[in-house]
Amino acid sequence: MPVLTLETRAKWRTLLDSQTLLMPDERPAIIYLETEKAPITITRSQFVGEVIRCAAALQAVGIRARDLVIIAHIQNLESIYAFWGALWLGAVPSMFPTLTEKLDPDLYMDSMAELTRNSEAKAVLTTDAFAPELAKRCPCPVYGSSDWLPGCGDQTENTNMMLRRPKPDEIAFLQHSSGTTGLQKGVALSHQAVLNQLASYASALKLSEQDVIVSWLPLYHDMGLIAGFIQPIVQGIPLVLMSPFDWVQHPALLLRAIHEYRATLCWLPNFAYNHLARRVRSRDSEGLDLSSIRAFINCSEPVRNSSHQLFLERFAANGVNASQLGVSYAMAENTFAVTQTMVGESANIDMIDLDALQRDLKAAPAVANTPHVAAQVSCGKPIANTAIKIIDDQGGVLPERSVGEVLVKSDCMLTGYYRRPDLQAFDADGWYRTGDRGYIAGGEIYIVGRSKDLIITAGKNVYPQDIEAAAYEVEGIHQGRAVVFGIPDEREGTELIAIVAEVDETDEEARKTIYQTLRQQVARATEVTVSYVSLVGRGWLIKTSSGKTARGANREKWLAERAEGLL
Amino acid sequence: MTETEVREKLRQFILADLIKDPKYALTDDEGVVSGGLIDSFALAEIGVFAEQEFNVYIPDPDLTVAKMNTLNLMTARIMRDIK
Repeated sequence: MPVLTLETRAKWRTLLDSQTLLMPDERPAIIYLETEKAPITITRSQFVGEVIRCAAALQAVGIRARDLVIIAHIQNLESIYAFWGALWLGAVPSMFPTLTEKLDPDLYMDSMAELTRNSEAKAVLTTDAFAPELAKRCPCPVYGSSDWLPGCGDQTENTNMMLRRPKPDEIAFLQHSSGTTGLQKGVALSHQAVLNQLASYASALKLSEQDVIVSWLPLYHDMGLIAGFIQPIVQGIPLVLMSPFDWVQHPALLLRAIHEYRATLCWLPNFAYNHLARRVRSRDSEGLDLSSIRAFINCSEPVRNSSHQLFLERFAANGVNASQLGVSYAMAENTFAVTQTMVGESANIDMIDLDALQRDLKAAPAVANTPHVAAQVSCGKPIANTAIKIIDDQGGVLPERSVGEVLVKSDCMLTGYYRRPDLQAFDADGWYRTGDRGYIAGGEIYIVGRSKDLIITAGKNVYPQDIEAAAYEVEGIHQGRAVVFGIPDEREGTELIAIVAEVDETDEEARKTIYQTLRQQVARATEVTVSYVSLVGRGWLIKTSSGKTARGANREKWLAERAEGLL
Repeated sequence: MTETEVREKLRQFILADLIKDPKYALTDDEGVVSGGLIDSFALAEIGVFAEQEFNVYIPDPDLTVAKMNTLNLMTARIMRDIK
């Protein structure tokens, strides 16, 4: 069977029709890379063997069709096999971030316990190290690797008994959508929605069996899960995979992987272009050939032209050129991609009048004497069977070049939020409100901002309220007396996080302790590092008439005072 | 270059470029990554700085949180290979 495209879509019923599962031969399915270790190549037949072993082990601990299985593991091969093992049984797997050294174990385990309670999960799979403590708090069984995997023996003969073919409209798996802590939503995706997405997206990408996908992205995020994991397994395309923890510390790992395995497709959030350009040492990129890439696809945070230019300049000697720089606009609720630029062509740049944008909400093309110009990077056109419209605050559909909220409608949207009947995903006509603001020009979409308070830092969605809540846990910082906002940073190619907190303490040493505890507390609660910490005196923060913190006004004040050297 | 010079250059770099707070009193044995002062992305940046400033190439396996968490650890690693 050729790859899944719009033309071949009818032959596929569920994710169990994945090429890698149907043709378990000696071709590589996954090549797993780690700094200082030899690459591990998993052939398709080994992959299927491991998936069946996991399916048998899950069945042995009582997992049945439609049961929710949460995989909160470090990114490794075991979590990958477990995911597909659950699918093999017709169960519903969901990848979740693991506990890292940085996070506060208590907070992490509490949020896991809440998640398992709310979602009625049937099992949590995690590392041996976390399992005993997590087990005390979760209402469902928690298994460390050695609790469920070994000792199940060779179950290959039971393969067909275990294999359960779900109906195409059944839920295949959950993705986690962002939301403030405690309000995280499980995006439930059906087999048919995922297959529809992969078919439309393959057509947009002109995907073929000659492609090789390389990814360092986390599997609990839609870009990593769909583009960098589900897609290659379903399409039977080799996946060269590494861990995000390894990659951020050693960015050249990705470039060596492209060179070594002649990778053709690579999805990256915008900050990664800056990280690679600025933090790969010249001797680490010398002689690496990156020309095999058909597209580096910029996705999941606002795309900056300057990041693309920096990347182009830095890696031109390695064969990188503008035609490789693609963009996609994507979200978990649409499985993944909503749009994609033409692969093999540089994304369009729209030079617009920044003043008109801010004043009239119009993306007017800049002319010769326009004083303030913004270079907007196109996200391309909607993929097949996906529609986009832009609406104003009253819900009226806007014409081209008018800025409003982006709405999406497609055949690959979520079924709903898992076990959350209170949340309505669509309006009466089946449109999903994204909360992003943008405009359409020449049929292509441009994203200019968002309606909600969200900060996207290094591809990670963070709600300022969560960071403020962590700040209030610090002794010396009182409830309601801190504010968090994002500061776009040209050098990093992403938003950095700033926090301003009012502190009464005047003793230098005591203030230093508050400062240190604040940074540490935020990292432990939210796993993000605050870039700017300003401790100020009482009365600094601007409040609204109702006593709420005015985020935008405080941000303006902070920027002004910092420019004057007052902070 | 003496050990003290290396340590002070590193300290200035971390304060100005990574913590973005030149007034912060960073101590020599303070965990910069574990203390939430910088994130692990910055380890790669320290690798770039070590090469540019001291002409010391720290290979990837040594650019880890465990091996680069404090000013003392960073300084010692650079002093090992400095010419």
